Amino acid sequence: MEIYFFYMFAGGMIITSLLMVTRANVIHAALLLVLTFFFLAGVFVLAGAEFLAAVQILLYAGGIMVLYLFSIMLMNVEVAVRMRQWHRQGVVVFVAVVLLGLQIWAVLGEVEFAAPKQWEWSLGATPGNVEAIGAVLYTKFLFPFEVASVLLLAAMIGAIVLAKRRIER
Amino acid sequence: MDMALEVAVAAIKIFIVVNVVQLVVAYMIYVERKVIAHAQLRLGPMRVGWHGLLQPIADGLKLFLKEDIVPDKADRIVFVLAPVMVLVPALVVYAVLPFSATFYITQINIGLFFVLAISSLGVFGVVMAGWASNSKYSLLGALRSAAQMLSYEIFLGFSVIGPLMLAGSLNLQEIVHAQRDVWFVFYQPVAFIVFFVAALAETNRAPFDLPEAETELVAGFHTEYSGMKFAFFFLAEYASMMVISTIGIVLFFGGWEGPDFIPLPGFVWYCLKLGAFMFVFIWLRATLPRYRYDQLMRVGWKFMFPLVMLNIFLTGFLKYLFL
Repeated sequence: MEIYFFYMFAGGMIITSLLMVTRANVIHAALLLVLTFFFLAGVFVLAGAEFLAAVQILLYAGGIMVLYLFSIMLMNVEVAVRMRQWHRQGVVVFVAVVLLGLQIWAVLGEVEFAAPKQWEWSLGATPGNVEAIGAVLYTKFLFPFEVASVLLLAAMIGAIVLAKRRIER
Repeated sequence: MDMALEVAVAAIKIFIVVNVVQLVVAYMIYVERKVIAHAQLRLGPMRVGWHGLLQPIADGLKLFLKEDIVPDKADRIVFVLAPVMVLVPALVVYAVLPFSATFYITQINIGLFFVLAISSLGVFGVVMAGWASNSKYSLLGALRSAAQMLSYEIFLGFSVIGPLMLAGSLNLQEIVHAQRDVWFVFYQPVAFIVFFVAALAETNRAPFDLPEAETELVAGFHTEYSGMKFAFFFLAEYASMMVISTIGIVLFFGGWEGPDFIPLPGFVWYCLKLGAFMFVFIWLRATLPRYRYDQLMRVGWKFMFPLVMLNIFLTGFLKYLFL
């Protein structure tokens, strides 16, 4: 059963991402990217990581993409649509794709994949992993977690300094 | 065949909830018009049926039969999708809301988080509508709305952390069970005030209805919409008002449970509390003037944000000491 759902979500992701990179209109591309995030959230749910799925929707779809749209809307989209969309760099693209493909193939060949888990839960009950994530995040991964928050804080201060035209002394 | 049965039951429940929600929304608009009319010493709708009781049905029929105009310079696909993008998240959230101890569509462990995540998507429809209309008023309304909803979403998210820490669960049913003895509003009054103000701003209600300020922006992001598409925006606004009220009831007022000495079924308690919440929403619209944009942002970031952070800190501290 879940394998069909997986193919549905994965196929949706591939189709929407392909559509996204081929759109001339930036707003359409951004909206398609939101759709891609949704399909990704679906894959997370299938993997039993429903907390991650909710974070995916809340932060990426609900937060970051709205900010993107917000700034794109202020641009003149018509001008951007009329610009040339391709840079005629086919050879470079081909080489890059082949190299990347080889790299992925080499890495995936190394990794041992665990056997797929059974989909035990039904409509009424889902497994809970919020507590597990919290516990791991605040014990084992406390240092990277704190480093990430310091990074975000630095980025925030930088943004405020840039946005503020004149700083009173 | 167990799975098929489960799916069928869920489908029936979804059908009931979606239809009841739409009917309730139609009458909510009637109640709003009546309450505001009486607040302003008018009578409100009186013509269709006894005291205008059939007015919502007449209105719905009118909107349904009205010509559906798409502006010439509009981005057609996005223009048509925008009302759908507003309405669908508002209705999807009902999947996890507990209406009584036994009646709910499903319960999931990340219930509250799911509600916050899905309802944060409503802003997309607003932004899409504003941009696709290709109109100055719509774009201005959409920009205001995006800034407002994004900022107040943060306070909304932080204000629910207090009760969450007390309940120790994201599951809406368990949060209600945790309030068997005392409603969380008595433990978390500050969180409730911040929650309620943020809820007003999230649903674009007065005094925070800047995105659709009719006196400055015609109607904000839905200026160019007509017919059923316009009705979708209205449906979505009232449906999300009901969602946010339900979350308020679940987090702070004990959900479907009432005091033991008044034996009423859970669903009746829920409806009573929902009605009270909706009345306050309407009452505030009749009473308060609209905030200015800079005032809105100042109230949010300089007053509510520190307040709600302090509340989280104190809750954690007191919980560590006493519980």
